[in-house]
Amino acid sequence: MIAQNIGFWTIAIVMIVAALRVVTTNNVVHAALWLVVVLAGAAAQYILLAAEFVAITQVLVYIGAVMVLFLFGTMLTRARIGSESDLNNTYKKLGVPVAGLMFAAMVVALSSSFGKEKIPDSPKVISTQEVSDQIFGQYLLPFWALSFVLLAAVVGAIVLARKD
Amino acid sequence: MIGLLAEVPYWGQSLLRVLGGLVAVLLPAGTIVYIFLFKMMSFMQSRLGPMEAGPYGSMQLFAEVGKWLQKEDIVPDRADARIFKMAPIIVLVSTFLLVVVVPFGPDAFFTNFETGVFYALAVSSVSVLGILIAGWSSANKYSLLGGLRAAGQLIAYELPMVLAVMGVVIQAGTMNLQKIVVAQNSGSMFGIDVVGHPYVVSQFVGFIIFMIAIQAELTQAPFDMPIAESELVSGYMTEYSGFRFLIFFIGEFATAGVFAMIASVLFLGGWGVPFTWFGWTSIDDIANWMNFVGPLIMFTKMMLLVFIIMWIRFSYPRLREDQLQRFAWKGLIPVALANIMVTSILKVVF
Repeated sequence: MIAQNIGFWTIAIVMIVAALRVVTTNNVVHAALWLVVVLAGAAAQYILLAAEFVAITQVLVYIGAVMVLFLFGTMLTRARIGSESDLNNTYKKLGVPVAGLMFAAMVVALSSSFGKEKIPDSPKVISTQEVSDQIFGQYLLPFWALSFVLLAAVVGAIVLARKD
Repeated sequence: MIGLLAEVPYWGQSLLRVLGGLVAVLLPAGTIVYIFLFKMMSFMQSRLGPMEAGPYGSMQLFAEVGKWLQKEDIVPDRADARIFKMAPIIVLVSTFLLVVVVPFGPDAFFTNFETGVFYALAVSSVSVLGILIAGWSSANKYSLLGGLRAAGQLIAYELPMVLAVMGVVIQAGTMNLQKIVVAQNSGSMFGIDVVGHPYVVSQFVGFIIFMIAIQAELTQAPFDMPIAESELVSGYMTEYSGFRFLIFFIGEFATAGVFAMIASVLFLGGWGVPFTWFGWTSIDDIANWMNFVGPLIMFTKMMLLVFIIMWIRFSYPRLREDQLQRFAWKGLIPVALANIMVTSILKVVF
């Protein structure tokens, strides 16, 4: 269990530093790349929790698709080399307390629901089949509802983007 | 490799795995470059190709590597130096991460991931990041255009690739590459089990889509707009020289090899021979010599598939950017979706 703890803290510290760099760096593309480090760290934490499928989904969806689209978008519109001074706007002062509040809410929510529980020494590896049985059995309705939301978003994007 | 090395201590296993990974990536890459890029392309163009270094120019590769390593590592003045230097390494690392799940024999594998195919598809998408930031950090409009083209193309063709693999996963009932190999070699077609049941037969549509998609993922002609030399100099690689160019170059052909290996595992039965030939019934019966013959069988199948990729590369002219996107979104993806539907209906019926 010691090895897992060392792994957890190493990855967690890397994630925190990277997350801070996302908001403090002076370049949009650098911020996006730091965000990639944070997301990869999250995937590594999932692996530590023996959640293989979630970890790989994290890499495929967030690093392989979302971040690439993000970089693609910024590079098409504005992505200068070197530092930019006008990246921070006036909402910065509002943002800090909101982020602090969010953090406090998360800590309270997590510690009140899982505070006493401990992860077993050898966590049970949940097979992908069990995950899919759950999604397509018990949680079928929410899954469908989510896919309709995504579909609506796609249709909305097309309606907004098309001129004719 | 895990099964073979059960008695070796953990550090020794790790070391051997790293060495095995280097061999599994670099050996195919070198062979592909020499046989296909140097010799086959030359013969198709009625010339001899490199002949000076070694017999039939077989040492040419070492001469080229030596040349590149000696060159100065140039970073353009206005470029974002750190990112510029990092980009080729991300591309090569994603190739090394990819080879980790490929099984080479009953006990000759690096990791026996339960979700192997899914992992391979996820990791292969990481190389897009490297290409994109290589284009951006060069501070060169040709590079940026090349990087953007590459990203658009790789995202567009990743979808048909994933969807084509889904047919195989439905048919095999598993995402583990090792089990997919076993399912193909222990299966039978219409009661005849002489050749097992390679999925290239029942998933022919999926196989074609997968091969077209990897042609595009590898940015080989006719899908080489990201490095279209007549329009973009050399796309995202324009500013690279010396060993960083070499890394991109190795990455390109090593990825070709690894993708061909994954294709041969998914559709051609991977390392296996049909189990009925030797009277095996499950993976535990397989004789130990398959751990040494298996990699050779894999290598042969990989060379066959890379031959097809290179053959198409040297034969067809480049598509136009809009044709490329239309082909992926309006051609391949609907066909791949229809393939999944038909496969799952047949799977339920039979």
